[in-house]
Amino acid sequence: MSRLIVASIGPASSVQDGGRFGAQRYGLTVSGAMDRLALAAANTLVGNAPFAAAVEIGPFGATLTARDGAVRIAMSGAPRNADIAGKPVAMDTSVTLRDGETLTLGFARGGAFTYLAIEGAIKGEEVFGSLAVNARAGLGSPYPRPLQAGDEFTVDAASGAPELRIELPKPVSGPIRVVLGPQDDEFDDANKALFLDSEWKISATSDRMGYRLEGPAIKHLHGHNIVSDGTVNGSIQVPGNGAPIALMMDRGTSGGYPKIATVITADVGRLAQTSAGTAFRFKAVSMAEAQDEARKFQQLIRTLPDRLRSSDTVELNIEALSDANVAGYAVSAMDAGTWQVVAEP
Amino acid sequence: MAATLPPPRLLPSGDSAVTVEFSRTIDDAANERVLALDKALAAHPIEGISETIPTYRSLLVHYDPGKIGFDALGEKLLAIASRPLPPTTKARRWRIPVAYGGEHGIDLEDVAKALNTTPDDIVARHAGGDYRVAMIGFTPGWSYLSGLDKSLHMSRRESPRLFTPAGTISIGGIQAGIQCLAAPSGWHLLGRTPVRTYQLHRNPTFLTEPGDRVTFFAIDHKTFEELDRAAEAGEIIAERVDA
Repeated sequence: MSRLIVASIGPASSVQDGGRFGAQRYGLTVSGAMDRLALAAANTLVGNAPFAAAVEIGPFGATLTARDGAVRIAMSGAPRNADIAGKPVAMDTSVTLRDGETLTLGFARGGAFTYLAIEGAIKGEEVFGSLAVNARAGLGSPYPRPLQAGDEFTVDAASGAPELRIELPKPVSGPIRVVLGPQDDEFDDANKALFLDSEWKISATSDRMGYRLEGPAIKHLHGHNIVSDGTVNGSIQVPGNGAPIALMMDRGTSGGYPKIATVITADVGRLAQTSAGTAFRFKAVSMAEAQDEARKFQQLIRTLPDRLRSSDTVELNIEALSDANVAGYAVSAMDAGTWQVVAEP
Repeated sequence: MAATLPPPRLLPSGDSAVTVEFSRTIDDAANERVLALDKALAAHPIEGISETIPTYRSLLVHYDPGKIGFDALGEKLLAIASRPLPPTTKARRWRIPVAYGGEHGIDLEDVAKALNTTPDDIVARHAGGDYRVAMIGFTPGWSYLSGLDKSLHMSRRESPRLFTPAGTISIGGIQAGIQCLAAPSGWHLLGRTPVRTYQLHRNPTFLTEPGDRVTFFAIDHKTFEELDRAAEAGEIIAERVDA
């Protein structure tokens, strides 16, 4: 076994996986990765199950050191500068830290959460089928709290498998899509339109429990107290002050404010990766479209292994490069300082 | 065959959940229908449903849109929810010890003042109630109770407290509650119970279930300490009295 030591890490970093489902009826929060696609991509790169436990790294930097052997890792999600002994490390590629080497991560450049998956996954004691940290309930393993300097993971020694990169589809841009309801009838047409037609910003006071939205005040038809009912990831509730809160993975399982809309499954991770202060809009879609997108999202996660490529071959496909999307992707890869790394042996 | 019941409303809750709403208000009859639907789905699962969450007035049904669509699921849920209620089975009944007032119930005196009576009278009215666990939510084991004596209905605190201790027994609006973990709360704190409605390595992990009946009885602060130690060691100190 090798060890991966957390030499330093910023706040809002914790072990997360697919979440803790099955006990919401007892008030047990689901937790789990804020950006499930990024978690799955990082895990897929090192041969883990898509929702295996990994390190969710918040917007600040981190340094991690391998001890007692090599450790194979991969990162996906919010891009950030990363290097091992001065050699840049790309997002969306696997890389092996040799015994004694340190991975240094900068701040997130756009987005909030980067997932660092470890070959063989993080090991710990599952509660309700999950290692995800839920600090309020004191759950999570190996540490039932956000990570701190000095924490360490006992992990599989690196397999020596060839390093891989993953070709993710071009990120979806445009408004965050929602399905109206369950309590959209607690708002009149003018206030529903105000919600859908306004520009919103995520407040800096947001966390894994909820993203507070800054914009116009949304007024209720019948006041803000409803009888508590169930919440889901992406429920957008409107409390008394009219400032909506998008409920995220550490949400309470029930809530007593009217919920005007619900972010579609395929866009919850995009909302999670919207940096504080960045303007964005919502767009209402039909249930049929939302469910179609949810099925496509499931399909994307299932087929991530098909997107793995050898990391020492950069395919310069002229036809593909003439496609604006792919060219755009290559340019962003260069921005991230990754070009040299894909050519490393 | 008994007449069918009025259908509930189906409220879309994103692409992977639907709220089956029986009432907009707190209503024991609606809660009974919620729990009946919950039981029916547990007994005869519908392919694609992953989890159900009963609340006072609705059942939140989580499902996989890769396995069943909104329309097909909605139709099935409405059909089941419109069936006459099955005969009620005997509910489990718990007696929960509470240390009222003092450091354990810092709002008891103020509640008594606000309602123009004595702390002892508030304790008698609260402990004398016959409650039902309508739902569990917010934080693990927080049991929301219906059945609070009307004379104890009072609006929540103007500003919620950011910290209230584990085991808090409180009232808020027309509801009463048993809180398991320390949490923020805007309710009025009458006392504390050493009973853990949630304890990780105990079997069962969760003590209360929606539909359970609950009564309280007063204990002194010394008994609280004794029972608290026993509960911490994993003993179930709530008394089950329906058997």
